[in-house]
Amino acid sequence: MRYDVAVVGGGPGGLAAAIAARERDARVLVIERAEELGGILPQCIHTGFGVRVFGEDLTGPTYAQRYINRASELGVETLVDTMVLEVNPGHITATNRRDGVLEIKARAIVLAMGCRERPRGALGIPGTRPAGVYTAGTAQRLVNMEGYMPGERFVILGSGDIGMVMARRLTLEGAKVERVLEIQPFISGLRRNYVQCIQDFDIPLQLSHTVVDIRGDRRVEAVVAAEVTPDWQPIQGTEEVIPCDTLLLSVGLIPENELSRQAGVKLDEATGGPIVDERFQTSLPGIFAAGNVVHVYDSVDNVSRAGERAGEAAAEFALGKREEPDRRVDMQARENIRYVVPQVLDPESLRRGEQLLQMRVNRPVEKPVYLQVEANGEVIRRRRLRYVRPGEMVNFVLRERVYSQLRDVEEVWIHVEEANG
Amino acid sequence: MDYYDVIIIGAGVVGCLTARALSRYKLRVLLLEKASDVGTGATKANTGIVHAGYNPLPGTNKAKFNVRGNRMYPQLCAELNVPYERQGDYVVALSQEDMRTLEELQDRGRRNGVPGMEIVTGDEVRSAEPALTPQALGALWASTGGIVDPFLITIAAAENAVTNGVRLLLETEALGLIKEEGRIVGVRTNRGTFRCRWVVNCAGIHSDEVMAWAGLDGFAITPRKGEYYVFDKAKSAVKTILFPCPTPISKGIMVTTTTHGNTLIGPNAQNIENKGDRAVTSQGLAEVLEGARRLVPSLDERDVIAVFAGLRPSGSTGDFLIEVHQVGATACGRPGGFVNLAGIESPGLAAAPALAQWVVEALQEHGLEMEEKRDLNPIRPSPPRFNELSREEQAALIERDPRYGRIVCRCEMVTEGEIVRAIHSPVPAHTYDAIKRRTRCGTGRCQGAFDTPRVINILARELGISPLEVTKKGRGSELVLRETREGGDAL
Repeated sequence: MRYDVAVVGGGPGGLAAAIAARERDARVLVIERAEELGGILPQCIHTGFGVRVFGEDLTGPTYAQRYINRASELGVETLVDTMVLEVNPGHITATNRRDGVLEIKARAIVLAMGCRERPRGALGIPGTRPAGVYTAGTAQRLVNMEGYMPGERFVILGSGDIGMVMARRLTLEGAKVERVLEIQPFISGLRRNYVQCIQDFDIPLQLSHTVVDIRGDRRVEAVVAAEVTPDWQPIQGTEEVIPCDTLLLSVGLIPENELSRQAGVKLDEATGGPIVDERFQTSLPGIFAAGNVVHVYDSVDNVSRAGERAGEAAAEFALGKREEPDRRVDMQARENIRYVVPQVLDPESLRRGEQLLQMRVNRPVEKPVYLQVEANGEVIRRRRLRYVRPGEMVNFVLRERVYSQLRDVEEVWIHVEEANG
Repeated sequence: MDYYDVIIIGAGVVGCLTARALSRYKLRVLLLEKASDVGTGATKANTGIVHAGYNPLPGTNKAKFNVRGNRMYPQLCAELNVPYERQGDYVVALSQEDMRTLEELQDRGRRNGVPGMEIVTGDEVRSAEPALTPQALGALWASTGGIVDPFLITIAAAENAVTNGVRLLLETEALGLIKEEGRIVGVRTNRGTFRCRWVVNCAGIHSDEVMAWAGLDGFAITPRKGEYYVFDKAKSAVKTILFPCPTPISKGIMVTTTTHGNTLIGPNAQNIENKGDRAVTSQGLAEVLEGARRLVPSLDERDVIAVFAGLRPSGSTGDFLIEVHQVGATACGRPGGFVNLAGIESPGLAAAPALAQWVVEALQEHGLEMEEKRDLNPIRPSPPRFNELSREEQAALIERDPRYGRIVCRCEMVTEGEIVRAIHSPVPAHTYDAIKRRTRCGTGRCQGAFDTPRVINILARELGISPLEVTKKGRGSELVLRETREGGDAL
């Protein structure tokens, strides 16, 4: 099998990449491990998708279907229920029930494996190991796709978006959400989800709280919650036993990069995803990355947009239209910036048009701040923001006119400065 | 009423290997286990070390059976097709005092009959294990130390025993012994009574309670909790086995690799009251991490994928209690009685094959007729492991059975074919955890987040039950509790 572009993963990032590549006349294959395309979207039956891309508020399945239809109209080929086993530049090995082991040649590859949820083990939560501890996404699949309730009385640890959406969904299904606990002193998901899923349903939420014990031998019988210090240490004497039968975890998403690692793509410790340039090419020429595999976005619309750019760039590479840059500038995350994507930028790209930087902060600042971009100790751009929150990605556009200032530098610093007054 | 020559109480590693050893002979053997799977007690929460045998004091049962058992492992694991690696182990000295301890251990090892020991320099260890602390001055190296998967050796032994005619009853809890005129003639369980000539006590943490039923007192088990961390395979820190110098009650918190390439650290040692308490504590975890970092300072909490705790059945004599109580002739006129394997804590895993062999010899000595089966099959075939096959082998396997082309667990690359095979194996996996132990499904870095809904559906389909009846580890641990208002939509 030979293609110009092969896309690993048929979620929103992968589908957008495939469509963009096909629109540039590349021959495109999408490989998806699930039985249906759409990634996580088919189980996201709530609305909130598509406002930016389509100007409409859509459910996850509807949003996905628009991309699936478009891909199909354009003649994007797809393989579902197929797992990629290995990625190397120009070559993919995959397996499925029908074809056995598949060897696929592709001039360009787009990695679009998405992200996964942080499980219990990664948190080292003490206690027993009974049935009834799930990640919020697994519970979402059980409820929305399989039609089964994982429990009746829930405690949700973490205020990630899936956890908050599930708090509402479970309540609507007649279950009781006893508590949402967030270890940080602020909500980790979107404010919108907090208002619509937690506040509107009167679900008690406690900030600076975590689970310090899980009880129950066969099934969860209770969790013990406690308040924590700013460095997340439980405060003795604040423990509270909350009877429940299920603990859901919504404590962060991690880009899924097993295949990237195996392929030898360089990863960024801060994002957990590949180091990419402004066109989402990884450290390996011909291997691109799209969507949540690069860093965890706060909206599917943004995933699709990033996917488009990656797909476009992959098609250009495959069709011999891409010029490899001579120079790359390091985009460095400094004070209160957790990471910046892209991590490297070809300064010449600014002559073709403005470039989007996306970043997340480490800590919330609930008052005006300046986001500052510096090169060689000089501020080259500065933007005032009303606040910054870790749950909300910051977009920052570098305009064409900064080209002259970036042309000769090695690195650019990006940081948050608290504005006075 | 069923009648057996031997009933074994407890299907941990000792019980299962004993059942297998007895299955060579024309005997009616019944293996009773109260849990929904074999190997779920002390066997489950185990470091997986096949100790060389320099730790136990010379002359003890621990010393004798450890060294003997260790010698039996290569052949045993070859017959049972269980991963076993004898890569050697190190006891690391961090001080001059520790260096003297190494000499004591080496001397003890020699007296116990441990071959292949050597005291090496810190640099020599570091060249094999670069992550070892620069403070390590030297180490005792024992070439016969190794690792095995404690679940798989137990499951494989049980499967082979069942294949050779042993009857295994899961979810069957022994509740007492049946005595007639002072003789033990059977076992009472939650599923009825079973009569027999001999009872073998392999009840692990509960072995003192079974002894009390037999009228034997003066021996008590103290559950001693040990806690562990498992690290992501991609971040493995060591290739071999690193022990600190031992303390009087424990071999200390170690850093080892598993047969699957995960780094494992632990255990601490805490005597507890409740035999059901397998909860991990934050203090315990902190102790384990701190202890392990004394050997490998670079261990990073962020690479942890799971934590667990287990209970050691620690006997009041400090040694394995191994004895036969012959209680005259049974009703049918033949000798019978009670065999005790109690207090089998570390190095119990290493000793287990030798303990099983001892049971065979002891019963023979005490008048149990042992005639070898002609049709014995000592080989337990290895189930295919998709992830360990070459691309050609994978393709051939999928051609034979397309279910091997569907990956259910993405982290460990476990296929539907492997899961279905485990469900229908000689010791069938009927719970999520039983599948996990056999196939590694759900043991990777996502810890089952991806595969759980899929495994629920496969179990329901293969067992002909509703997803509502699928459990994590037996009744009471159901994974989903009811249908949603729109109703279930299982595959």
